[in-house]
Amino acid sequence: MTRPTVTQALFHAGDLALTYTSSRGPVKALEGLSAALGQGEFLSVLGPSGCGKSTLLKVVAGLLKPSGGTVTLRGAPITGPRPDVGIVFQQPTLLPWQTTLDNVLLPIRTLGLDLAAGRARATELLKLVGLDKFSSHYPNELSGGMQQRVGIARGLVHDPALLLMDEPFAALDAMTREHMMMELQRIWMAAGKSVMFITHSIPEAVFLSDRIVVLSARPGRTIREIEVGLPRPRTLETMAERRFADHCNELRALFSELVKFD
Amino acid sequence: MNEKLKSVLYPLATFVVLVALWETSIRVFKVPNFILPTPYAVLEALQRGYVEGLFWKHFFFTLQSMVFGYVLGCSLAFLLGCLFAESRAVEQMFLPFVVALQSMPKVALAPLIIVWFGFGLESKVVMVALVCFFPMFINTAVGLKQTNPALLDLMHAFSASPWHILTRIKIPSAAGHIFAGLQISIVLGLIGAVVAEFVSSTRGLGYLISAAAVNLETNTMFAALISLAVLGVAGSLTIRFLHSRIVFWDKGSASQTAAVE
Repeated sequence: MTRPTVTQALFHAGDLALTYTSSRGPVKALEGLSAALGQGEFLSVLGPSGCGKSTLLKVVAGLLKPSGGTVTLRGAPITGPRPDVGIVFQQPTLLPWQTTLDNVLLPIRTLGLDLAAGRARATELLKLVGLDKFSSHYPNELSGGMQQRVGIARGLVHDPALLLMDEPFAALDAMTREHMMMELQRIWMAAGKSVMFITHSIPEAVFLSDRIVVLSARPGRTIREIEVGLPRPRTLETMAERRFADHCNELRALFSELVKFD
Repeated sequence: MNEKLKSVLYPLATFVVLVALWETSIRVFKVPNFILPTPYAVLEALQRGYVEGLFWKHFFFTLQSMVFGYVLGCSLAFLLGCLFAESRAVEQMFLPFVVALQSMPKVALAPLIIVWFGFGLESKVVMVALVCFFPMFINTAVGLKQTNPALLDLMHAFSASPWHILTRIKIPSAAGHIFAGLQISIVLGLIGAVVAEFVSSTRGLGYLISAAAVNLETNTMFAALISLAVLGVAGSLTIRFLHSRIVFWDKGSASQTAAVE
C-alpha cells in the first residue's frame, strides 16, 4: 500500500473507515483509505461506481463522521462543516428562485460574511467562469454546463482553502464535458485553489490531476497513487499524446484487475 | 380564429346553448316556477338582490367568514406544518391524532361549533378555519419534507443555520405544494362557510338559500347559488394568480394545481 508522502499536506486522511447501518445490517463504505493533498494541488479520487467516493467527499465536507481513522485539514481534525471548504455536486443544485449572482452569494449569506465584499468577489468569479453577462439570469434560463459553472463559482466565492468536487461533469453531455474540463483547468490555474475531484472517468482524472488516488470497489480503500507529470496547461492535443494514453492504459489495467478479483 | 378568442367564445357558446335549453324545457314541459325558475326569473332575482341591496349583507357576511376563516386556518396550518416537518418528536407525538381528526368529516362538527361559538360570525370563521386547516397542513408538511436532499447537504456544508435552511430553502422549495394546499382549502372553506350557515345563522348566502327554500323561492336560491359560484371562482383565481406570481420559477406547478382543483 502506498502511503502519502506529501510532507506539508493541506489535507490528510489516514486509515479512514466508515461503516453505516442499512436495513440489511452494517455496510462498510470505506476501509483503510489514505490520501493527502498538498497546497494548490489538484487531486483526483478515482474509483468504480459505489466505491464510496462520494462518502469520502461527505466526510471531508464534515457532513459524515468517520467510524475510524483520521481526517485533518490544515492540521486540525475535521469535526463538522467548515467555512474554509467549498463544495460542488454532481447536479448543479442551484436555487431556482434566485439569480445567478444570488446563487453564487449563497455561502456568503450562510456563513454571515461581508456581503459587499462577497458581491465584488462573486462578480469577479462570474467573469472567471465566463458568465458575467448572466448574473441576473435565473437557473432555468441557463444550459447545464452554465449551471455547473455557476456551481463552481459558488464553491469558490468564500475563498475556501479546499474545493471539493463530486463528479461535477457526470450529468453533462460528452461535448460539454470536454469543454468543462478545459474550463476547470483554466479556473483552477487562475484561482490557485487545492481541489479534491471525485470521478469515475479515467481520461477526466488524467487530464485534470496532478495526482490520482485510486480506490478499490466497496469498501473503498486506497490501492494506488499515480503522479501525472504532464505539463500544463494541458490541451485537447495532450489527450492524443503517448504519455496521456500510457496513464489511461495503466489505470484501465488496474481496474480490469479489480473486477477480476471482485 | 386565434386560441385566445376561442377560449372565450367556445365556453360562451356552451353557456348560451345551456340557457336556451333551460328556457325551452321549462316552456315545453310546463315546469312550475317553484320547481325550476326561468333564467329570466333568476336574473331578476339577482338584479333585485344586488341593485335593491338585500343580497349585499349576505354576500359580505359569507365573504367575511370565508376570508377570516381562510387566513386563520391556513396560517395555523402553515405554522404547524413547519413544526411537524422540522421536529421528529412533535410529529411522533401528534401524528396519530392528526390522522384521526383528518379522517373525520369536519362538517359533522358544525353543530358543536355553533354551540361553542354562538350563532354569529365567530362560529362561521371557526368552521371555515377548521375545514381549511388539513389540506394546507398536510401539503405544507409533505412539501417541506420533499426538499432536494442534495440541496440540504449543500446548505449543511456551507454551515447554514436550521432557520436559514427552513426559511430560505425548504419553504421556497415547498411553495408548489403549499399553493396546492391553499387552492384546495379555498374551495373547501366555502363549503365550510355554507354548512355553518345552514346549521344556524341569520345571515349569509347559505342562510339565504335555506330561508328561500322554506318559501319555495327557487329563483332566490339560484341567485344565491350563482353568488356562491362567483365567490368560489374569484377565490380560486386569486390563489392561482398569486401562485404564478410568487412561484415564478416553477410555471409547471401552477398549471398542475389548476388541473387538480
